[in-house]
Amino acid sequence: MIKKGLILLVLVGFVAIISSLLINFKGSEELNPLARHYAEHGAAEVGAANLVSAVVVTYRGFDTLGEVTILFLAAAIVGFFLKVNTRDNEREASLRKTSEILITASTLLIPTIFMLGVYIFMNGHLTPGGGFQGGAVIATGMVLMIMAKPNVKFNHKLLAFLESVSGVGFVVIGVLGVLLAAGFLDNRILPLGNFGSLLSAGAIPIIYVLIGLKVGSELTNILDSLKETQNEK
Amino acid sequence: MTQYFTLEFIAMFIGFMLLIIGVWGMLTQKNLIKIVIGFSLFTTGLNIAIVSIAYIKNSTAPILDKAVDRASAGNLVADPIPQALVLTSIVIGLGVTALMLTYVLRMYKEKKSLDINSYTDLKW
Repeated sequence: MIKKGLILLVLVGFVAIISSLLINFKGSEELNPLARHYAEHGAAEVGAANLVSAVVVTYRGFDTLGEVTILFLAAAIVGFFLKVNTRDNEREASLRKTSEILITASTLLIPTIFMLGVYIFMNGHLTPGGGFQGGAVIATGMVLMIMAKPNVKFNHKLLAFLESVSGVGFVVIGVLGVLLAAGFLDNRILPLGNFGSLLSAGAIPIIYVLIGLKVGSELTNILDSLKETQNEK
Repeated sequence: MTQYFTLEFIAMFIGFMLLIIGVWGMLTQKNLIKIVIGFSLFTTGLNIAIVSIAYIKNSTAPILDKAVDRASAGNLVADPIPQALVLTSIVIGLGVTALMLTYVLRMYKEKKSLDINSYTDLKW
């Protein structure tokens, strides 16, 4: 009874705090000076049509590096906790047979989903999307693959290779920014190119391709570790 | 009263409602997976609330194209910074949710129970 009262008290306090925030909330009429600078000079300074990408990859690229590191840590810890014995690993889980519809549809859908993911991260500087979104789309293709063929084995060496190469590449591009341009992760190490074309915005498309590959392989690693636990006794 | 029927206010209201439902779920539910779902709702609500702050009245997405030319972009687009931060927050929320589900799997393997009351090791 005391416990329920405490929970109610916490909830009421929480509601009281955020309701005062909510009642006084008025939508803003115009951008604050920092956002206005990004909106007006972003195209000239960074060359990306998608201003969110410009903020994520260049203006606040350091945050993105930290974000990628957190995702890497999460994937590593998931892999560590769900480590299965190699003896268990060889044993194939006896699962219900996958339906014919899912198997047939997946052979058509999986390549399309991968292509969509690659499209999203290659055009991250022009259209809505980017490395994280594209990587997540690729991981959904992997989910479909696991559902269609529950005993599929991923090539761990290839996944680890992709993950480390793209991670190191991201940092190397950042350091090149210090050497060739104004600072860490500056995208002007390459010419900015024609505004709005695929090969523009300096290093942003390259960074986004690397992030897309890294996120895709990391999420696949997490899914694979979760899948392999069903082989355990 | 009319200030409560704007797009950004409704979005923020929904975000805060999800936040409260998430906290309620985390505090009251006994099933470990339901607690993880509560956490997931909490982060979703938070993300919606942050994006609703980014909205400027009658503005469009911060992407420069035919509709938004470079010269007048400052008056047409929504704030890109909170949107970029929400992108970070979504990815971190995903990582944390995956970690929590992993812990749940491990705990289930130890005691074959998803009820939080059967885990008393850290209780005082």
